[in-house]
Amino acid sequence: MEQRLFEKFHEWYENRHQYAKEWKERTGGKVLGYFCTYAPEEIIYAAGVLPVRILGSHEAQSFTEPHIFAMFCPLCRDCLAQGLQGRYDYLNGIMIAQCCLHMRQAFTSWQKHIPQEYSYYLYMPHGIQTPRAYPYLRGELEDFKKSLEEWTGKKITNQDLDHAIAVYNENRRLMKQVYDFRKAKNPKLTGLEAMEMVVSSQMTDKEEHNQALKKLLKELPGRKLSRKTGTRLMVLGSEDDDVEFLKMVESLDATFVIEDHCTGSRYFWNEVIPQEDRLGAIAARYIDRPACPSKDWPKRTRLPHILKLAKDYNVEGTILIQQKFCDPHELDIPAIRSSLETNGIPTYFLEFDVTVPVGQFKTRVEAFLETFQLPTDLF
Amino acid sequence: MTENKYKTKPLDCWNEAKQLRKDYYDNFARAQEKGGIRWAGGAWSFSAVPAGLGDDVYSLTGEPYGATVAFNKEFAEKCHEAAEAKGYARDLCAYMRNYWGSIILNKYAWGGEWPKPDFLWTTHICCSHAKWYQVASELEGNIPYFCVDVSVGPYNERSERKLNYMVSQMMDGIEWMEKVTGRKYDDEKLIQAVYNECRTTSLWAEICTLNKTIPTPLDEKTMYSLYVLGTLMKHRKECADFYEKLRDEVKDRVANKIAAVGNEKFRVMTDTQPPWAFLELWRYLQNYGVVSIGSLYTFGLIGIFEVKEDGIWGPRTPPQEQGIEIESREQALKILAEWTLSRPEWQHFYSPELKSDMMKRIVKEWHVDGVMLHYNRGCEGLSMGIAENKLALKEAGIPIMHFEGNMGDEREFDLERTKVEIDAFLEILGAK
Ligand code: SF4
Ligand code: SF4
Repeated sequence: MEQRLFEKFHEWYENRHQYAKEWKERTGGKVLGYFCTYAPEEIIYAAGVLPVRILGSHEAQSFTEPHIFAMFCPLCRDCLAQGLQGRYDYLNGIMIAQCCLHMRQAFTSWQKHIPQEYSYYLYMPHGIQTPRAYPYLRGELEDFKKSLEEWTGKKITNQDLDHAIAVYNENRRLMKQVYDFRKAKNPKLTGLEAMEMVVSSQMTDKEEHNQALKKLLKELPGRKLSRKTGTRLMVLGSEDDDVEFLKMVESLDATFVIEDHCTGSRYFWNEVIPQEDRLGAIAARYIDRPACPSKDWPKRTRLPHILKLAKDYNVEGTILIQQKFCDPHELDIPAIRSSLETNGIPTYFLEFDVTVPVGQFKTRVEAFLETFQLPTDLF
Repeated sequence: MTENKYKTKPLDCWNEAKQLRKDYYDNFARAQEKGGIRWAGGAWSFSAVPAGLGDDVYSLTGEPYGATVAFNKEFAEKCHEAAEAKGYARDLCAYMRNYWGSIILNKYAWGGEWPKPDFLWTTHICCSHAKWYQVASELEGNIPYFCVDVSVGPYNERSERKLNYMVSQMMDGIEWMEKVTGRKYDDEKLIQAVYNECRTTSLWAEICTLNKTIPTPLDEKTMYSLYVLGTLMKHRKECADFYEKLRDEVKDRVANKIAAVGNEKFRVMTDTQPPWAFLELWRYLQNYGVVSIGSLYTFGLIGIFEVKEDGIWGPRTPPQEQGIEIESREQALKILAEWTLSRPEWQHFYSPELKSDMMKRIVKEWHVDGVMLHYNRGCEGLSMGIAENKLALKEAGIPIMHFEGNMGDEREFDLERTKVEIDAFLEILGAK
């Protein structure tokens, strides 16, 4: 019976396109695809538009070869491939909140080659540690709001924004409550389930997602997993929603208890702190969220955040994954690795492509996990 | 070898350029002996700003330094290995790895130990910029570091808000510089440096437009040694003065039909940084009467252009020539920010189409017969969108070729294979 609790999220995750199409039919609303989780979804939602995250499908492909030079990360190519194959043909528009150079190419190629009625490039600052970013982003959000109003023909009122903020904050709070169950000695959910829960929230109407979360939270305390927890792992690095990989690791006497991914905790960790100036509040939320590596400078704010996660979730070991050619993470991984190891948390590094060699990785992860099972009675 | 149609001669001011470059690197290394200050940062950093700290302030810009290392294959390899040993991936920016490697090995490409800067000051538009100096600061024992975010969008979408965002960061940067150096900031020096920078970058654009002439007075290989001064010290008077002298000499070459390459028959342009250790390719082209007149890279990394009344590209008129008198720190920074946002090589960070349009303009106005795109694994910043540029040029009916390589890591360049690809292209052009 234990799997069923997360069934809804799994279904949404698997059938994301069908969900969006049905949502459109049901509500008559527009759907906007976004490319990076810095997208200020509250404003999109307040416009009555459904924001859905564009992600890859982890299939080998060659569609993107003429569009993106192969030195850019597999994820951005995988995302563009979805568009070129028409898998997101129900989208009414696309937007990007400025992120890494890689993903921006998926966006601009999509803009050029895939017809859509609306597209928007939000100049999300990279300098999120300067106080100057707050008024700047607030202003950029104002422009985005106006543009959405023009597109939809609907004025976005303060009430609309308040409602969207409330729904989004509730979603964040509920997911955090679910995450608390990962802290337990025997976590009540697997890393795979957590990932599907979070990613499905990026593709569904948050109000509906909130309902499902509330239902889940009622039943979760009584859940007993028959699997063994094994080694408590954290996973860090480039975006990862690779089901096969998570499944494989969790079949090896290990459980992912936390992660710092934009398909995980980083997406929902902080709330909008309501203030009279709604757009200012939304701007602050995105500037203050746990940083993506490409925006984490001059200070490395990710290090204390990650160490705190490791402590709070009682992490024993970390798997660092990196999408091939992913510069932002390549630039952070050495520092993170050394900081974790200095703090007594062993790390293991893996490089990902669109598809991952699960068999080969299995042997390597097994070897890593064995290091946690050395007979302690010898010492 | 095809026959010479035009007379040609070396540049008179060549040695002066060489000396300026040498002095630049020496001055940096020796700055502290005389109580001066040294800072390091990207070639695109607002180098005019630290100039307000005094006349004895010297800089080291990272990209041209990385290219200098690349010329020396052996040292470059050692640098790459050193960076890799610290856990940094080998597909990261090759200049950055050359730079970090030098710190780790404590070796300056110009001889002696690595001259540790007093502070780091840079801008961020490519994903690697701010991280480059974050790591550099750590490797050098956490030296003070400030970075200005300039990723506010292309020039055609500029606004007061975007300018204010940049200016206010620079204002903060000045206060920070005063703190870390203990020096009082002189706005007058800043103002002069801004005038210099506008003059330098406009003059370089003017020099590039002179290459519209047939035969071209400068070829790209020569330009590499000249534009570099702008990447080192665009804000300094000696740089602007030198470019003025060079402009006059190039004008003279145009007037007297002195060619860069005597056998010029076909004109090509390239894209992105060249594989520095393999510039012999440019000579190889010349054997067939093919001359590269430059690229958006050699023109627009430093040169600031504008569309003139007749609709064609020319040098942007510096504020001082428009009768604008800079009177305050804030005004100086605003002019600098606005001027810099129009840099051609900043536009493609937001849309490949903006770059394709500029490339098509160069093809037309510079009478280019074909384009050679360097798919440069060493630089994600300038290779961004390059495949879309290729498609757009192809669609416009422009003969193109692309070759893969790396500007700074020779392990990723296959000279023989590239020559075969170039041969095929020469055949398309009718040059072979
Ligand atoms: S952060 Fe890394 S994985 Fe994510 S899109 Fe950018 S380069 Fe790709
Ligand atoms: S990747 Fe290219 S644009 Fe980016 S820092 Fe390196 S040389 Fe500069």
